[in-house]
This record gives sequence, C-alpha cells and structure tokens, in this order.
Amino acid sequence: MSDQNSTPPLPNRWQRFDQWDKRPLRLDRFAREDAKNGFAATNSPADPKPSLKISQGKVVELDGVAEADFDLIDEFIARHHIDLSVAAEAMALDARDFARRLVDINVPRSELTRLAKGMTPAKLAEVMGHLSTVELMFAQTKLRARRTPANQAHVTNAKDDPLQLAADSATAVALGFDEIETTMRVASNGWANALGCVVGAAVGRGGVLFQCSIEEAEELAIGMAGFTSYAETVSVYGTEGSFIDGDDTPWSKAFLTTAYAARGIKARCTSGGGSELLMGYHDAHSILYLEARCLCLQRGMGVQGTQNGGIDGAPLTYSVPGGGREIFAENVMAALLDLECASGNDTRASSSEIRVGAKIMPALVSGTDFICSGFGSILSYDNSFAASLFNGEEIEDFLALQRDFVVEGGLTPLTEDRALDVRRRAVDAVAAVMEELGLAEPREDQKTSVVFASGSLETDTFSAGEVVAISRKIKDGRITATDVIKALHKRGFVEEARNLLSMLRLRVAGDHLQTAAIIRDGKILSAINDPNDYSGPGTGYRISEERWREISAMRDSIGRSDVFGAGARPHDGNAAYALIPAGSAALGRDKKEVVIGLSPAWGIDIHETTAGHKLSDVLDALIAGIESAGSSFRVVRVRHTADTSFLGLTAARLSGSGYGIGIQAKGTAVIHQKDRYPHMNVELFSMAPITSLDHYHRLGANAARFAAGENPEPVLVAYNGEALLAKHHVKTALLFAAETGATNPAALPEELRLERRR
Amino acid sequence: MSDISYPVTDSAADKLSTATGKKLSDLTLENVLAGTVTAADFSITREALLLQAEVARLASRRSLAENFERASELVGVPNETIFEIYELLRPGRAASAEALKERAQHMRNVYGANRIAAFLEEAAAAYERRSLFRRRY
Repeated sequence: MSDQNSTPPLPNRWQRFDQWDKRPLRLDRFAREDAKNGFAATNSPADPKPSLKISQGKVVELDGVAEADFDLIDEFIARHHIDLSVAAEAMALDARDFARRLVDINVPRSELTRLAKGMTPAKLAEVMGHLSTVELMFAQTKLRARRTPANQAHVTNAKDDPLQLAADSATAVALGFDEIETTMRVASNGWANALGCVVGAAVGRGGVLFQCSIEEAEELAIGMAGFTSYAETVSVYGTEGSFIDGDDTPWSKAFLTTAYAARGIKARCTSGGGSELLMGYHDAHSILYLEARCLCLQRGMGVQGTQNGGIDGAPLTYSVPGGGREIFAENVMAALLDLECASGNDTRASSSEIRVGAKIMPALVSGTDFICSGFGSILSYDNSFAASLFNGEEIEDFLALQRDFVVEGGLTPLTEDRALDVRRRAVDAVAAVMEELGLAEPREDQKTSVVFASGSLETDTFSAGEVVAISRKIKDGRITATDVIKALHKRGFVEEARNLLSMLRLRVAGDHLQTAAIIRDGKILSAINDPNDYSGPGTGYRISEERWREISAMRDSIGRSDVFGAGARPHDGNAAYALIPAGSAALGRDKKEVVIGLSPAWGIDIHETTAGHKLSDVLDALIAGIESAGSSFRVVRVRHTADTSFLGLTAARLSGSGYGIGIQAKGTAVIHQKDRYPHMNVELFSMAPITSLDHYHRLGANAARFAAGENPEPVLVAYNGEALLAKHHVKTALLFAAETGATNPAALPEELRLERRR
Repeated sequence: MSDISYPVTDSAADKLSTATGKKLSDLTLENVLAGTVTAADFSITREALLLQAEVARLASRRSLAENFERASELVGVPNETIFEIYELLRPGRAASAEALKERAQHMRNVYGANRIAAFLEEAAAAYERRSLFRRRY
C-alpha cells in the first residue's frame, strides 16, 4: 500500500525510454555482432580468402581448400559452377575493380555474368563487400535477369477452404501477381488447395504460374496432374552440416531440380542468409559468404533461379548489424550469377512498420524478377507460411509506394466492383467444378460468405474434415487438370477453361523453363526474349504511360471536382444571415470594435472549412465571441489577398481599435494589430482541420479583449501529433487555389452587412 | 549454329509432337472436350527439353542447358523410379557407393540415361570421400 500523502517517487530513467520501450520496434531483438558465433552479416575472420587453382582442366583448390579436403559443397561448386574457360581471367580481377564495373553503365550485363561464372564464393562475397546499399541497388537494376519486374503472392487460408482459395487466387490475379504459391495447414489437403487455386487463378486473365508447396513426391504428383506449373521448395544450404541435417545433399537437390524439368515444371531453389545459423551449422562464417556458396551451388545445379535474401532466416539476419544490406546483397549476387531472383520479402522480418517499409525498398526501387517470393495477398492470420513482409492488410501501402517512387512492383490497384466480380466468379467456378466432379455441393450461403469475407474468420464454409474428403476424392479419383477444363466448360466458364488449357499447353514445349519466365497476355516473357537491357537513363524497363495510369490510380484519390462538386453547400438558404455588399470599407470609429476580414472566396466558392464547419457557423462563433467580451464587430470582404496574415492586417487597419481578425474560408484564422509586421501576428490558428467552433468563439472573445486593452491568455488548439498535413493538404491545396483564384489585386476591402434571417 | 528461335512453342510447333504423337496445334479446347486430347498429351517431351537446352546454351547458360539435358533422360522414367533415386541420393540412405553405382548402371542400360548415370557415379564418389554412407536412422 502506498501512502496517499507521499510524493510519487522520481523516475529513475529518462521517460523517453519508457515510451521507446512501448514502440513496436522494441518487439524486435537486435543481435550483437559476433562472428565467432555466426552473427556477422559480412566479413567474418573465418571467411576464406578467394583462391582457385586449376590443374589439367580440373579445379584442385577452391577458396583455400585443397581438392582432397573439399566438402560436398566445395566439390559440387568446383565441378559444376566454376566455368574453366573464364575462371583464370575472373579470379585475377581486382574485386574492387570488378565491383566498380557492376555500377558502370558502360559495362553490359552479359560481360559481368560471364565473369561471375568463373568466380569462387569467397571472390563473389568480396566483390559484394565493396558495394554500399545504394550501389547494390544500382547493380541490381542492371543485373536483374528479366527486363520486366513481377511479383508473387501467397494464397492460403487457415481453414484450407477451397472456395476461399479460389476467391483469393482470383483476387491475386486481379491485383497483378504473376505467380501464386499455396500451402496448407493439413498436408492431406494439398489436392483441394491446388484445385481451388488453379481455378481461381484462371479467372480474369490466364497465364499466372501456380505452385503448391508440399512434400516433394506429392508436389511432383500434383504437378503431373496438371495443376501446378512451378516449384520453389528445393532448399539448399551453405554448409555441409546444414545440408546433411536438412536430409539432403547437393546431388539429391540437383536431381530433384532435374526431375521438375523432366515434368515440365519451372523450378527455383531456396536459400537465404541465416538458415545455417538457425540450423546450428554456421562454421563461424559470415552470412553473406555462406549465401555465396549456396548461389554458386544453385548455378552449378542448373536451376534457372532462386528465391533468396533471408527467406525464413530474414528476421535473424535483419537482427544482425548490417543485416538489411546483407539481405539485399544476396539478391544482387543471385542476379550476378545469372539466376532469376525472387527476392525474399516473404517473412515478416520486423514488428516495426518503418523497418518493414524500409526493407522492401531496395528490391522495390531497383527491381528484381519477383519483388517478393511470397507477398501475403491474404490477411496475415490466413498466411499458412507465417506472415509475409507485406500481407493483405498492407496491399494498399505497397501500391502507394509504387506510386510514390514511380517504380514497378508488379501490382495494380483494385476497384471495389472488380474485387467482388472476380471473387464471385471464382467461387461460382470452383463450386461448379466441385459439383461436376462429384467432390462437394457448396451451399449458396457458404459461397456468399466467402465472396465478401476479408479473411477466414468471417467465412461460413467447409469444415477441415470436409476438405480432407474433397482432397482425397481428387487424388484417389486421379482427377487431372483436363477434367477440370471439361467441368468448367460444361458449366459455362469457357474463358476459364481456355485459360487453364493455355497453362497446360505451356509445358509441352517448355518455354517457361527458361530463366525468369512469366506469362503476360498469353506470351512468354523470360530472360531470353525479355532480357534486361538496362544501360543507364532511358534504357531498360520503363513504366509505360498506360501502366502509369494503372499504378497511379489509387483508390479514393481526390481532385478538384470532389472538393467543389456535390459536397459544397451554398452559404445561403440554411444560413442565419446573408452577407450583403455595402460599399467600400472605411476606417472604423468605434475604439472597441473588432473587424473580421473574410477571404475572397468565403461563402462564394467555398462553404465549409477543412474541419467541415459551415462558414456561417464559424462566422456566428466569431461574432458571438466578440460580443461576449463586450465589443462590437464589423465584417469586411478582402479581395486583394488570400493570405491569412494580410487578411488580418487589412482588417486590423480598418478597425477603430486597431485589432482585427483575418480568416480564410478553409478555416485558418489570425488575430492582428494594425502596427505590427505582416507576419508578426497576435494569435494564429493554423490548424484548421482540428479547430472547433468553440475555438473560433474564444478567438473572437480574445480579439475583443485585445481591443479593450486587455492581455488575454492565448487560445491553444491541442495537437497530438497526427499527420494532419497528409490527411488534409490535398483538399487544402484545392481550396486555397479557389481563394487565390478569386483574388483581385486592385479590389479594395468591401463592407458587408449581415442581414439576419433567423 | 542452331536455327532455334524462342519461344519454341511458336518457332518449332511443327517439329514438336506430344507424348502420344499429336501436334501442338491439336491441343485445342475442342479436342480436350472431345476426349481426343488427354492429360498424357500435356507432358513435356525429350525433344522439347533438348531444344530448350540448345536455347539455354546459346544464351551462355551452360549449367541450365546441362540440367535440361539430364532432364530429357528422365522424361520416360516413372515417378516412382525417380523418387527411389532421389531417396537413394539423400544422406545415409544408400549403404555403400555400390548401391548408387548399380542404380547408375541400371539407368544407363534401361533408359539410355548416360548423363544421369554419370551424375549418380559422381555422387557416389563424393559421398564415399565424405563418409555419407552411414546410418542416419
């Protein structure tokens, strides 16, 4: 029990730390740099110096390790990655000199990738070490494999509900994603997940690549049934210990990659800083060096691309000093090795929205083949991979970033009508397919609940057990994508049937197996026919005018017609008085009067303040305030200026007391005195959006007290730090343009007579 | 030099046929509905993978080309066989290098899969040197 009478104890720390402790940032843990224990982003003392010895057409030493001591990773890199035809030339290059070539617009990408194929992991890590974050971003712009950047979505839900998967896949397609990846809570639901997603992905436009992340044998079987078109679950690691602990070897993973190609399925590997650290086999190497080993290995395996840059280890890597730069350096290194790069950003790496937004910027601004290897297009709690860096909650934040920086993030704003259209169509289509194939009979209320739901907490749909049964029927019935095409067609979903067929046709010729392939408008775009040809300003991928119209069309953007259209209310009619012009304003004789100077557009073009107060109510409040303090008032309209200070000074100089109020129609007001400098006012009310009628009343009263020779306590408008300008400045600018447009430099102030109407 | 141009779907439509001998132009919605084109027609062919290998090699992607060439040898190999090999390549699954070498010989003899066989033999040697033939469970 505390004594009521004692003074509270003094705080024992600066109270700002208490506030900082409550910030979301403080949910993140920050790791001290400690290379010996694996916590070094780059440059661990244990990282080898680059070296390469070739004897009789064979690598006999790699990064300080002799052939006899090669571990599995060294050996695979020596045999399959190192290009002997260029190795001697590449290894002889000064790392800093080569790093400078990466940011030289006069050195073509092909020359850089040619040389990188002869470099060892330590050499590549050394090169990356010379580049600052901004240089890495520039290098990435040059090195990205495909000219056109794209993005990939996670589509999953907590119920493994195929109706919602269809609706959310169609939504992801409408948002512009070029790849969709799903996984499930219950492994046996894989087939139902695949059906839901593949049908949804066929709504709206064809050509979206789809994968179902599951155990390898099942994934390949689902792929062979025609449901999936790519895979990215082939994980590799940078130490032998991690690899074996992960129950694989470079050869087993390479073989799996070959198997995907043999089934016409696009594949990319997965690696990413921090995984070896998490798995306990880091060998005291830096995160970047281990990733260099992973990437050389992947290139040697002959996989077309990688998803890298942290991935599951991103939160750990981001915790290490320099982690953000390291993560992006991984992406640049992948591009330098001529691999398609899906640049991670698929794990919520921080609880701080600032760190989340900052983390996306290097990839988003410089452009990677896939900005996210899994943008959570669904709500974070529905993300069965765990929350992504960006999730359904933040899609519009991402759209805003694209628009702010004029960058291609692969996404397009979605209108409310379009969202409902594609969701309804997808749910109807997948329900029809389920009925046709005898899988289930979705009820109308189930379907409707899914169409409108933001996430699975809002749906009334299949139970987990029912989904298991649906999935089993698809698998046991050996249902293939051609059966789905027939069912779609039979029930009138002809466009969807054609879109799905186009995905099946792809795999016969295998064009989508080439590096960085996506499908746009039914055509393949890959590093072969859409190679990144960036060589400085005006080259490479440029946002077309048409694309810019899409990107810039942010929902609820406002323009002049929204401010001056139906929303504007006439001053007359419901006002308590009319303002009647009464000739040129003259200097008042009343020594206690306060003159109110109205702005040029007051009550003419503009009828309410940015806070939404009717101007007649504002004027009433000012007058009532003045009268409450025992003064009289006059109202004048100022036409020669719209500036608050000059409005106020003009009013003051017409006032018998020397005190006046200047007020703009948007609500900004000032008390002025006739002998002051224009910008040295008496009291200023600059925060119109949070200024209440009571504030205007007190403003009037204070002006009256000044006129009476008193020194009243200034009126303060409480401000709690919100981003008022971001919220109001668009409207403010539009309103103020009306004010300045209504000015006439030659016009003299005009007396206004108030004609009371009630 | 090759006259292969990309996409192969467009440039080599007349050269490629499906697993059951149909042309790319036969893969229409009408034929799917009529049942004359089936799921089996939508798998990649050995020829297509070799063409893609050529495309990759021309684009200076040797290792990607080699992967496509290895893959071309697996087109006719059943899924179960592929997974047996994959399992055998995982650490500690094979009891000795001999098991992998035998499998390599089998692939060479039955499927003419010379590249796959060489790849398995390379793995066998590497595993032996790194003592991977030890029980893991």
